[in-house]
Amino acid sequence: MPEPAGSASAPLIEAKALTKRFGDHVAVDRVDFTVQRGEVFGFLGPNGAGKTTIMRMIACVSPITDGELSVLGMSPVTDGPAIRSRLGVVPQEDNLDTELTVWDNLVIYGRYFGLPMAQIRERASELLHFARLDDRRTSRVDPLSGGMKRRLIIARSLINRPELVLLDEPTTGLDPQARHLLWERLYRLKREGVTLVLTTHYMDEAEQLCDRLVIMDGGRIVAEGSPRQLIDRYCTREVVELRFALPEQQDAALPPLGALGDRVEPLGDRVLLYTSHGDEALARVTRDGIQPDSVLVRRATLEDVFLTLTGRTLDE
Amino acid sequence: MSDRVAVADASPPTAAPRSAFDTLAAAVPMLRVAEREARVWRRFWRSSALTLVLMPLMFLGAMGLGLGGLVDENTGPVEGVDYLAFVAPGILAASAMQGAAGQSLWPVMGGMKWLRTFHGAAATPLRPGDVFGGWVLWIGAREAMNATIFVAVAAALGAVPSPWGVLAVPAASLTGLAFAAPMSAYSAVQDSDLGFPVIMRVAILPLFLFSGTFFPVDQLPDWLQPVAWISPLWHGVELCRGATTGTLGLAAAGHVAYLAAFIAVGCWFGVRNFASRLAP
Repeated sequence: MPEPAGSASAPLIEAKALTKRFGDHVAVDRVDFTVQRGEVFGFLGPNGAGKTTIMRMIACVSPITDGELSVLGMSPVTDGPAIRSRLGVVPQEDNLDTELTVWDNLVIYGRYFGLPMAQIRERASELLHFARLDDRRTSRVDPLSGGMKRRLIIARSLINRPELVLLDEPTTGLDPQARHLLWERLYRLKREGVTLVLTTHYMDEAEQLCDRLVIMDGGRIVAEGSPRQLIDRYCTREVVELRFALPEQQDAALPPLGALGDRVEPLGDRVLLYTSHGDEALARVTRDGIQPDSVLVRRATLEDVFLTLTGRTLDE
Repeated sequence: MSDRVAVADASPPTAAPRSAFDTLAAAVPMLRVAEREARVWRRFWRSSALTLVLMPLMFLGAMGLGLGGLVDENTGPVEGVDYLAFVAPGILAASAMQGAAGQSLWPVMGGMKWLRTFHGAAATPLRPGDVFGGWVLWIGAREAMNATIFVAVAAALGAVPSPWGVLAVPAASLTGLAFAAPMSAYSAVQDSDLGFPVIMRVAILPLFLFSGTFFPVDQLPDWLQPVAWISPLWHGVELCRGATTGTLGLAAAGHVAYLAAFIAVGCWFGVRNFASRLAP
């Protein structure tokens, strides 16, 4: 039997110069990160940033090309099945078993982990309740809503009582209500001490859920910290968003705006003015005779951090 | 019932009593994949049971009794037995081939690409080779069950002269596996199912007709006979026929070896191809 992670303070996941290449394409480029027991750790970045590839390497379903990776104190190269037996995996694409009922999906997954039936039945009942699917027990998978399917996949990933749960884009494609219910379930897992690692391209999801996160772009990690730290480090506290009726008006406003805030970021459809005091900056905008079509003062978000670091928005 | 749903559970799962199957599956994890198939099958077997009984009844009725009556009248025994007893093991082996081929094409693409259930299994302690092995193993088991029904019906119709006929069940299963292993390996790495109907028409159907199923291969033109010998189905038919007619000899070892070679090569590619798709 491979040794489990030594002390309680040893990182659950440790990556050093982790690299994945598919032919000539470098999907993940020498990334370093550690995930501690009990935290919610996030990978935030646009599609194609390499988040899913990292998750698949942690889940031991994608061999690493270069660098080092240790998961639960073991090596994915030699201990894949032993690591996977202690992981929960929520993939980006639904792979529920549509030939089975909701209940049998949980049962079969438990069987894949080699659990005895009595234990599976007990856990499956608890997990159906956790996923709020008690009344869907005998239903097939197809008629379930998107949110229900996601909750079932999360329940399925918990059948082996994992120490570490990997969630790849857990709420992509869900409506706001379904997302909030899912977040609430994930909070509860966190309270129970489960370590969660998730990827997302939603900055609000990263802010809501993550204790710590890395921002990824083009296969590399461009920043790391708590949501608050990242905003403090790379952004001002507030942002004034100005929209102009015509592009020429926006262009004309840029030089005077530059003097009114810490930084100005022109986007296709609006200008962002970074400042520590949004209302004061807005007052100066009005005083200087700049007349935008509409304005919005808001707190800086991780989206702004990403924009500052890469010059692009997350959904580009 | 505990309110806690997750949290690392350090207690080993051996606390609960284990069935004999669990003990076996701990050593051979691919059995868990076969178990999933068995659970799906358990929900549908009743609806297919009637077909499984009717199919041999109809085939043996039409080919064996109908056509066979004509053959027996005009040419006498075929390879020493009446036509019904000659054709029954042929149909048995050919059905095993067809069933296994069907299970090795679209359903494999389903597990790999459409429903991605194989990926779900590969996220557990199961390895890609277990997913492949369990899948193929189940096809073999299913063909064995189908063959059992077939042999029973055939025996009731008087198409199984020898008690060695029970060996036709493993022989049919082996025939199915000789197709299931390489074909599942092939399907796993296809990007679309466009080629599948072509395989059924260009490979499976000719084999069905010309592998000594309905008539001895020495009826084929001389140049075509070696082609029949290459066909794994011919070896499967010869095995089944040897069993049901009680004429198994030294040649049977050769037929088993030939089919086993197909299975071995299929498994080698299968493990490799499943890994390339499930753990790229």
